[in-house]
Amino acid sequence: MIDKVVASFSEAVKDIPDGALIMIGGFAGPGGTPQRLISALRDHGTRELTIVSNTGGLAGAVGFGTISGDQPVDMGILVDNQQVKKVIASFPVSPSPSKPTSFEKAYLADQIELEVVPQGTLAERIRAGGAGIPAFFTPTGVNTMIGEGKETREFNGREYLLEYSLTADFALLRGHKSDIMGNTVYRGTSQSFNAVMATAAQVTIMEVDEIVELGGIEPEGVHTPAIFVDRIVKNSKK
Amino acid sequence: MTKERLHREIIAMRVAREFGDGDVVNLGLGIPTLCSQFVPEGNSVVYHAENGVLNYGPMAEEGEEDVDLTNAGGQFLAWVPGMSFFDSADSFGMIRGGHIDVSVLGALQVSENGDLANWMLPQRGIGNVGGAMDLASGAKRTIVAMEHVDKKGNPKIVKACTFPLTGSSCVSMIVTDIAVIEVRKEGLLLKEVAPGWTVEDIQKETAVEFMVASDLKYFVL
Repeated sequence: MIDKVVASFSEAVKDIPDGALIMIGGFAGPGGTPQRLISALRDHGTRELTIVSNTGGLAGAVGFGTISGDQPVDMGILVDNQQVKKVIASFPVSPSPSKPTSFEKAYLADQIELEVVPQGTLAERIRAGGAGIPAFFTPTGVNTMIGEGKETREFNGREYLLEYSLTADFALLRGHKSDIMGNTVYRGTSQSFNAVMATAAQVTIMEVDEIVELGGIEPEGVHTPAIFVDRIVKNSKK
Repeated sequence: MTKERLHREIIAMRVAREFGDGDVVNLGLGIPTLCSQFVPEGNSVVYHAENGVLNYGPMAEEGEEDVDLTNAGGQFLAWVPGMSFFDSADSFGMIRGGHIDVSVLGALQVSENGDLANWMLPQRGIGNVGGAMDLASGAKRTIVAMEHVDKKGNPKIVKACTFPLTGSSCVSMIVTDIAVIEVRKEGLLLKEVAPGWTVEDIQKETAVEFMVASDLKYFVL
């Protein structure tokens, strides 16, 4: 029987090498963010990473989507630990300049590279990567800085930008429940970038609240089919 | 009549009057977020938040906050019947596929021809695009809700945007703390003013000339 359950977070990330391209799921708040996998990657210590993520790490700096009193982990701890070479994100910095994120400080000190991508283009680049589509055209970003230097084409009188797909070596994701094969469901608004990133990485690692036997998830209720999940780690309740 | 700037809530209330029964509406950060409190009676508006929720209702009660149920501004939502959840690819498929009727966004600048700048202050050298470019290019209609001038008193409605653009020719209406302005092919049309404000007052705070509606009104709320 196929069983993808891994015993610990450190074991789940132990083969992530220097220079890897890593997608980190979630939207911006702690819900949907694989906090223990991020901590394990910090402890693992590999460097020169490229991180694809909706934000550059927001919850830790400004408490986005955070229950008051909690101190959530986000990719900012990888930046603080100087493991990150480049970030590809739609919302890279704090909305309030007075509360800069770790990423912003490193970026302004020229220690880290940034590619800003509109959020829908980011999602679509990942979706295309997971579906074997090398590139696509979108009107988002036409006549803006995002479109500078990009190939354009007109369809039905409207101008479109050529955008290339994105794939990753690893995806660190946050699910709610997986069966031992990897069929996964998310809770509430935590699907966000998790479900789409699951399709686009060579190795997808899922941090979940609960692991069940086969049959423990209704087939009709599966959000991410097991084919997209390689490792599952249970997030023991604090 | 005293000449006062209208509160953010009043701006939001005026914007909400634009929502038709059954419209799917996405609200941006800041003043736009407030619009959901002011939907005209009898209208059922379906709210979309780009983090992946449709048909959300009120904010969560204190003590009921759940990190797995927020809108795109990170505010906690209540669990209500009729909601659906989906991932970012589907969520932006809704936006980019033309399924959103109205997008309400904040702005740093709006130009005469409806260009929108709302994602980067040039002096900061870095900014958050988020979903704004997708909304500006994908929603059927984009309304800007903002203060008429910036904190230093500089006009935000201009001949041509000097800040980096979010989208070109995408704004159809501008609602500020002193005026309601429609963006038309032939230029801007002043339709409503805040109580006590004259056309000349509004023009002084606007860096481009506008036309004035023949039936100019005070804010219709």
